[in-house]
Amino acid sequence: MKRKFFAFPYIVWMVLFIAVPMLFIFYYAFNVNGQWTTRVFLETLWNMDYWRTLFRSILMALGTTAICLLLGYPIAYILSNMKKTVAGFISVLFFVPMWMNFVLRTYAWSAIIEYAIPDLLGLAKSITATPAGRTLAVLLVLVYDFLPFMVLPLYNTLSKLDKSLLEAARDLGADGRTAFMRVVLPLSVPGIVSGITMVFVPAITAFTVPALIGMGNYSLYGNVIDNAFKIHPQYAIGSTLSIVLLLFVLVSTVIMNYFDTDKEGGSIL
Amino acid sequence: MKKILCLALCALMILAVVGCKKDASTGAQTEKTDGANAPDAGDELVFADGDQYDTIGGELNILNWGEYIDPDLIEIFEKETGVKINYVEMTSNEEMLIKLRAADGLFDLCFPSDYIIEQMIREDMLLPLDYSLIPNAKNIDPKMSAFTNVFDPGSKYSLPYMWGTVGILYNTKMVEEDVDSWGILWDEKYTGQIWMYDSMRDTLGITLKYLGYDLNTRNEAEVAAARDKLIEQAPIRKGFGTDNMRTSMINNKGALGVIYSGDAYAAIEENEDLAYVVPKEGSNVWYDNVVIPKTAKNVAAAHAFINFLNDGNVAARNTEFICYSTPNAAAMERLDESFTEDETYNPSQEVLDRCEVFHDLGDFVDVFSAAWSKVISSN
Repeated sequence: MKRKFFAFPYIVWMVLFIAVPMLFIFYYAFNVNGQWTTRVFLETLWNMDYWRTLFRSILMALGTTAICLLLGYPIAYILSNMKKTVAGFISVLFFVPMWMNFVLRTYAWSAIIEYAIPDLLGLAKSITATPAGRTLAVLLVLVYDFLPFMVLPLYNTLSKLDKSLLEAARDLGADGRTAFMRVVLPLSVPGIVSGITMVFVPAITAFTVPALIGMGNYSLYGNVIDNAFKIHPQYAIGSTLSIVLLLFVLVSTVIMNYFDTDKEGGSIL
Repeated sequence: MKKILCLALCALMILAVVGCKKDASTGAQTEKTDGANAPDAGDELVFADGDQYDTIGGELNILNWGEYIDPDLIEIFEKETGVKINYVEMTSNEEMLIKLRAADGLFDLCFPSDYIIEQMIREDMLLPLDYSLIPNAKNIDPKMSAFTNVFDPGSKYSLPYMWGTVGILYNTKMVEEDVDSWGILWDEKYTGQIWMYDSMRDTLGITLKYLGYDLNTRNEAEVAAARDKLIEQAPIRKGFGTDNMRTSMINNKGALGVIYSGDAYAAIEENEDLAYVVPKEGSNVWYDNVVIPKTAKNVAAAHAFINFLNDGNVAARNTEFICYSTPNAAAMERLDESFTEDETYNPSQEVLDRCEVFHDLGDFVDVFSAAWSKVISSN
């Protein structure tokens, strides 16, 4: 009884900000100008352009996640082996940029890429002048933005790791590398899984970074949805694309959770 | 130890923030004094006809484009009438429509462009203006009606606020040839240095013009041709910009940019290597206008504000601040030659003859929208 009482605000929150918006998405996907129809929904699903953009977004999100993992794991591992006070201080340095608004940081990156880097290197054009350069620039900023989301769950898992297990491994004759591969890595899987989920999901839905860094000349799936709602509202198209993305995120999260046997860390995403 | 470090960090952050704020405010001040012949911010503004404003009170909710009014004017009006102004900014006409439709009575005044007014009149969203409350409407240059009558016959619902053309801003150091055609925007020589404007009607419009079509076309094949032309441009285009384009052009990072004349004028003031041209194929002449939505709550204050904006001295000061051309004849008399004699600010009749205004496309706008989403999602 008591429990239910405390859960009430949470339920209200969920209904207002999760359930109701979802209903709206479904409503707009099938209701065009007050008429129920599946026409726009099916047309949108059959449009290959949207699938191509989704494919590009998936590649971009996978790239971001992979780089974040490759950079984030060593960082988290080094942090977890440091003295607690030093590790605490360094992780604060990681958080400080996150206190600032995300859009603001992206604007700052846009200025760095457009003005600071070309001026420093004496280039006439910035790297965003070519399509490949734009892809690279967007990837760079996405990695910058989401790296903390990878480091934190990894650091959490690694710092809680029972060090006596490592000692036992060494006692049984494993060298440093084997001990890491056979003990540390398997035990940090829950952290890896939550890190991947926490980076992959926002990366695949990102639209601010490609819009600001690509200067309207680079679009990911999020931008296509954004445009559908912004440019002479095509709510039905935007809603259909949202449903596709939602299903995709749902499926990928379920797959990720399948690996996460421990159900620890931020796997609620 | 950790706590002390944390505190020190916090202190550092706060200092940094305070530092930034200072910079920002001094920046704004220099900008204001740079504002050519505008009276100093501290100066009391004298109304052209010695107008007196009654105390009206209440609140006035304004929806306007970003950086599209001298903020001092808002303060002056508030002082004069006791009205509290809530000023909200928008980035596109479409966004304005979304905001207006979201709920009744949110805004008392807004500043839509020509073709949107046509649509708003059609959808019965506007309140007819009561000219007995806007004596300063007489200051509007009568020759503007040639264009404003196209979207609002007899200015029943709207008064022009600012106007201008769409053209090409280019850097004379980077572009040595003569710029006189939209075609230069497809020249591979300028790969990665070509800016287009982030606006559906403008960008599709000038492309239609370049291809020799009407910018208000209702022909699907013509829109498709313009769409394909813009998709073809993708690899050499730097991007679709608005204010960021102006910054980029001023800093010599772009060679060519499609831009509104007002922004071009402001950019040329800051970088004299820049020049502006309205290409020979013709272009769009546009009007941003002040209107009162039908659902407005403070109609009296809205009319008073429109009257205030059309005062010769107020309009002159406003146009000097934002650099867009004023339709106000009384203000034009007060402006310096650096404005009135400038072809960008005050285009000749010969230029205007090859420009036309946008029309509301009705349902055909869906064809434009579909084409535009293809264009901006094509890369």
